[in-house]
Amino acid sequence: MIHVIKKDVPKTRDKILIRVAAVVAALLVSSIIVIFADANPINLYMGIIQGCFGNLHRFAATIQFMVPLLVLSLGVMVAFKMRFWNIGAEGQFLMGAIGATLVVRIFPNLPLPMMILTMAVFSFLFGAIWLLIPAFFKAKYGTNETLFTLMMNYIALTIVTALQYDFWKDPGANGMPKIANFPANALLPSISGFNLSIVFAIILVILAYFFMNYSKIGFEITVLGESENTARYLGINVTKTIIIAALISGGLCGLVGMFQTAGISGALSVGITGGLGFTAIIVAWLSGLKVPFIVLNSFVFAVLLQGGSYIQTAFQIPGSVAEMIQAIILFFILGSEFALHYRFVSDKKTREVA
Amino acid sequence: MNSDYVVKMENITKVFGKVKALDHVEFSLKKGEIHAILGENGAGKSSLMNVLNGIYVPDQGRIEVKSQTVTIHSPKDALELGIGMLPQHYKLVDVFSALENVAAGSRKTTPFLNKKKILDEMGKLINQLGMDIDPNKKVYAMSVAEKQSLEIFKVLYRGADILILDEPTAVLTPQEIKNLFQIIRKMVEVGCSVIIITHKLDEVMEISDRITIMRKGTTIETVNKKDTNPEALAGMMVGDVMELNVPWVEVTRGEKCLEVKNITAIDKNKVPVLNNISFDLYAGEILGVAGIAGSGQKELCEGIAGLYPIKSGEIIFDHTNIIGKNPEDINKMGISLSFVPEDRLGMGLVSSMDIIDNVLLKDYKNTKGMGISRVISRGKAKALVEKLNVSTPTIENHAVSLLSGGNIQKVLLGREIELEPRLMLTAYATRGLDVRSSQIIYDLLNIEKKKMIPILYIGEDLDVLMSLCDRIVVLCEGKVTGIVNPRKTTKEAIGLLMSGVTEEGKEK
Repeated sequence: MIHVIKKDVPKTRDKILIRVAAVVAALLVSSIIVIFADANPINLYMGIIQGCFGNLHRFAATIQFMVPLLVLSLGVMVAFKMRFWNIGAEGQFLMGAIGATLVVRIFPNLPLPMMILTMAVFSFLFGAIWLLIPAFFKAKYGTNETLFTLMMNYIALTIVTALQYDFWKDPGANGMPKIANFPANALLPSISGFNLSIVFAIILVILAYFFMNYSKIGFEITVLGESENTARYLGINVTKTIIIAALISGGLCGLVGMFQTAGISGALSVGITGGLGFTAIIVAWLSGLKVPFIVLNSFVFAVLLQGGSYIQTAFQIPGSVAEMIQAIILFFILGSEFALHYRFVSDKKTREVA
Repeated sequence: MNSDYVVKMENITKVFGKVKALDHVEFSLKKGEIHAILGENGAGKSSLMNVLNGIYVPDQGRIEVKSQTVTIHSPKDALELGIGMLPQHYKLVDVFSALENVAAGSRKTTPFLNKKKILDEMGKLINQLGMDIDPNKKVYAMSVAEKQSLEIFKVLYRGADILILDEPTAVLTPQEIKNLFQIIRKMVEVGCSVIIITHKLDEVMEISDRITIMRKGTTIETVNKKDTNPEALAGMMVGDVMELNVPWVEVTRGEKCLEVKNITAIDKNKVPVLNNISFDLYAGEILGVAGIAGSGQKELCEGIAGLYPIKSGEIIFDHTNIIGKNPEDINKMGISLSFVPEDRLGMGLVSSMDIIDNVLLKDYKNTKGMGISRVISRGKAKALVEKLNVSTPTIENHAVSLLSGGNIQKVLLGREIELEPRLMLTAYATRGLDVRSSQIIYDLLNIEKKKMIPILYIGEDLDVLMSLCDRIVVLCEGKVTGIVNPRKTTKEAIGLLMSGVTEEGKEK
C-alpha cells in the first residue's frame, strides 16, 4: 500500500525546480494536442511570446488582462487571509460595473476627473456591499460564506442581464440588447492602449502591501484567519474585523468593474468579466496570498490569456485548443503544489522508520 | 485455557515520533467479561484500543483474536473479527432516522432498502437487549443517551461481539449511566465481551469483572474486581511519587489577589461545566489545579480571562468584579493567560508567524494610529530569545510552528512574563515537553512567584503539581472536590478527590 505524507517545509531551490519542471511537463503534454491541431508546438509557443510582447499594442493588451486580474486577486487575498473564502469576486466585479454605469447615467455631464472619482467611489461601494451581505450573515449567524458568495455571483449576473435586456437597454441600438456606451468624459484616459487603471493598480498594490504588513487591521485580519481563538483571546473584535475585511475585499473587486467598463469595454454587459473573478482566486492562492507574488502571477496569467487569444488568430487554431493549453499548464502548476508539500511513501518503509 | 480468551494482546508497542504511546503493553479479554481499562489521561488507554480497532498499526507485538493471530489494518478488518468500537464522538447522520442510520453502511443491506426486514431484525435485537430505541425517530430529535444507544446498536447490528466503549459515561447523567450499565450487562448475557475505558473509580467498581490499570503507556497490573478496592486502584493509577527536580520555593504569601466566589458556567448543551467553584489566590503563591482532563480546567481559565461566559458568581480582582468584562479589558488589568491547548498553538500564538510578530500580538495595540511598528517587538523578541535560550535560527521570517515544542512554550510564557502581569494563568505549560524543557518552565514560574506574582497553574502531572504548588485545587466534573496542601497529603488522596471521592484530604 502507498500513502501520502506531508513533507517538511520545501526549500526555495526545490520550489523553483519543481515549478520549472511542472511548466516544462505542461508544455510537453500540450504539444501532443498542438500536433493534433496541425500546428508546430515550438512555433506556437514562440507565438504566445510574440503575441504578448511582439509590439507595443500587443503588450498593452497583455497589461489590459493583467490589471483587472491583479486588482481582483488583491481583493480576494484580503478575504482569504482571514480564511473567508470569497469566491464571489465575479459578482462584486459585476456590481462594481453597475455602480460605475449608474454614475454615468445619473450625472452624464460631470467633468472627467470628477467622473472618474465618483465612478471609483460608487464601484467600490457596490462591490463592498455585495460582499458585506454574506459577511454580515457569516459574522452574525455563522453561515457558510463559500456558497453564499458563489450564489451572489449569479444574482449579480441576473441583475446585469435584466439591465441589459430591459431597464437600461439602449433605445438607439436598433433593438440590439445592449447598454449605451459611456460618453467620452467617462472613459479612462489612455496612451497607446495603456489606460489610467494601470496607475490605480500600482497605487493599490502599494496600499495593499502596506495594509497587509504594516497596519493594525491587516495584522488583525491575519491573526483572525490563523486562529479565531487567538483573536478572541487578544480581544480582537471578530465581527468588526470580518466586516472591514469584507468591505475592502469586495470594494477592490468592485473597482475592477469600473476599470473594465470605463477603461476597456466602454459599456456594461453580461460578458464583461470574462471569468477573471474566478481566475483571480487561482492567482491569489498560487501566490500564497503575498502581494509581490500576486503581481508576478497575474502577469504570468495575463500572458497565458493574451498569448492564447493571439495564437487563435495567428495560427488559425480553434479557440478550444488555446484554452486546453492554458488548462494543461494550470493543471500542472496546481499539481506541482501537491508535489511541493507531500510525497508518497510505501507502507513498508514507514514501518521500518518507526 | 486459551479458548477462554477472545482477545490477547502481547508486547504491544507503538511510537509516535519520539513519544512511546504504548510500551510493551499486555492485555487480554475473556469471553463474556466486562473489562475496564483504567488510567489517567495520556496513559495509553485509547491508543491501545485504537490498535485493537485497527486505527493504529502497532510497531511491535502480537494480537490474537479468538485464538488466531491477526493483523488488523482498519476498523473494517476489526469488525470482520467481531470487534466494534464505539466512537467518542458519535458518527450519526442527523437527518436520518435510527433505522436509516443502522442500514447505512451495513453490509447486510441490499442496494434497495428493505425497511421491513431491517425493522424485524432491529426489533428482535432491541428486545433482547432491553434498549430504548425508536427505529423511526430522527437522530436530531434524540438525546445524547439515545444517540449513544443507537451507536452501540449499530455496532452490534453489524455483527460485533467484542465491544469497546471509550469513556461512554462522560456525557451521561447518572440515570442514563444506570441504563447504559443495564444494556452492557444484557449484552454480556447474549454472549458479547465488553471493554470499557474510563477513569471513574466508582463506575469501574460497579460494572467490571476485571480491571487493567495503565500508566504512562504501560500496563501496571490486571486485577479481579473482587480482589481490589478503590484506594488500591487510585494508587496504581497515579503511581508512586517520583523524585522530581521541581523545587518548591518557600515564599511568605502576601495579600489576597484573586477571589473566585461560587462561579457557575454551562456549556452549549446546558450541562454545568463549572459548578459553584470558589477559591482564593494570594500573592507569591502558585495555586495548582488538578483534575482529570475535561473537569472544567479550560473553562475556569477562560472564564477568568473573560473568554468563557460565567453564568453566576463573582470573580474579584483588584476590588472589582471582572465577570462580564471583555477579554481586552481584563488583559489591560494585568491578567495574563497562557493556555497551551492540546494542539499547543491553538491559542496565544499564531503558528505561521515568526517570533517578532508573535510578540507583536500583545504589543501592537499600544502604538497610536493605524499602523504597526515592529521595532519594539523586535527588541523584545531578541531579549526573550537570549534570556530563555530559545533555540531558533532567527527571530524573523521563521514561523514558530517550525520550532520545537519546548521552544514554542518558552516563547509563549516568556512573552507573557515580559508583559509583567499582575496575575498569571497558565494551563498545561509543560504539555508535551521533555524533562529539561519542563525544568526551564518551572524555574520561570518560580522566579515569578518570588516576585510575589500570583500564579494559577493548571497541570496534568500530579507529581509536578505536588512539588511545584503551594496549594492544589482539585476539580472533578466542574466541582471543587478539595483544596489541599500537597505537603500534607498523599498522591492517592488527591487521586481519590480527582475521581470525585470527597471524604478525606480536605484542607482544614
